[in-house]
Amino acid sequence: MTAPWPGTPGRWEAGAIHARFAPCLAQRPAMTLSSDRAFFSAEIERLAGRLYGTALRLTHNPADAEDLVAETVTKAWAALPKLADRNCFEKWAFRILANTYISNRRRPCEVTAATAAEEDAQGQFSLFDRLHQPFLLWWGNPEQELLNKLLREDIERALAALPDDYRTVVVLVEMQGQSYAEAAEILSVPLGTVRSRLSRARSLLQRALWEHARAAGLLPHAHRREHVRD
Amino acid sequence: MSVTDQDKIRCEEVIAHLLQYLDGEIDGEKRAEIDRHLEHCRGCYSRAEFERLLRRKVAALGDEPAPPALQRRLKALMEEF
Ligand SMILES: [Zn+2]
Repeated sequence: MTAPWPGTPGRWEAGAIHARFAPCLAQRPAMTLSSDRAFFSAEIERLAGRLYGTALRLTHNPADAEDLVAETVTKAWAALPKLADRNCFEKWAFRILANTYISNRRRPCEVTAATAAEEDAQGQFSLFDRLHQPFLLWWGNPEQELLNKLLREDIERALAALPDDYRTVVVLVEMQGQSYAEAAEILSVPLGTVRSRLSRARSLLQRALWEHARAAGLLPHAHRREHVRD
Repeated sequence: MSVTDQDKIRCEEVIAHLLQYLDGEIDGEKRAEIDRHLEHCRGCYSRAEFERLLRRKVAALGDEPAPPALQRRLKALMEEF
């Protein structure tokens, strides 16, 4: 794994992770039960759609997603006294959801080395590189046009097709806005693994969208007969 | 748009780190350098906009209306707390 950035300061070290969460987890002054309850139910009501949406992307199944949200809410309530800064509630609740999903998976379905090697061998796939035409800028913007034509379910299908480990890291970073260090902690993997999974996940996702766009005739003329692996 | 050799190297560097930049994983002087580059380079700016928009579309999948049955279940749960 290559270094993230030559000369990046020591924020990548393991200790930095705990330093980052410390303000959220320190003991807070006692609150009354009724004010806790009012705060908690207002937050859960506000976040319900996002908790459910995230759970659905992880589990692929509405019934499992509902169970996951209910379990998350129960755990979050039990752990609420440990949350010092209420401004951290949202990210904290999503971390509980992700942790619960990961610990409930019946068998960790690791991406096979073969899948990873195959994706690496093909190189990073970039939809932008496929579509962008620098000398046609004044005629239009084919890459933006394609994005406008892709439906929610097209992207949903491409995301769902990712290997579980890749999809999980996309959900953590892109949907929940967790940092790489937070994702590494939640997944119990090194930072380099988060970085490489994300990069492969994005490559696979963009390749899948390209294949779909080609099959569905969404591409500008010049691209229609072009094959991904030529 | 004229591009000098030096600019090209900068574009490659920006492209190599763009996803980490968009993830908020690059800060300090490096982030400021990329910000400045994106203000002046049409190619990298278009690329960044494309990746941002795609990301927004992926992130939007994380929001679904909670089914009424789930809402009732959560309400019942919280009444027990
Ligand atoms: Zn550039």
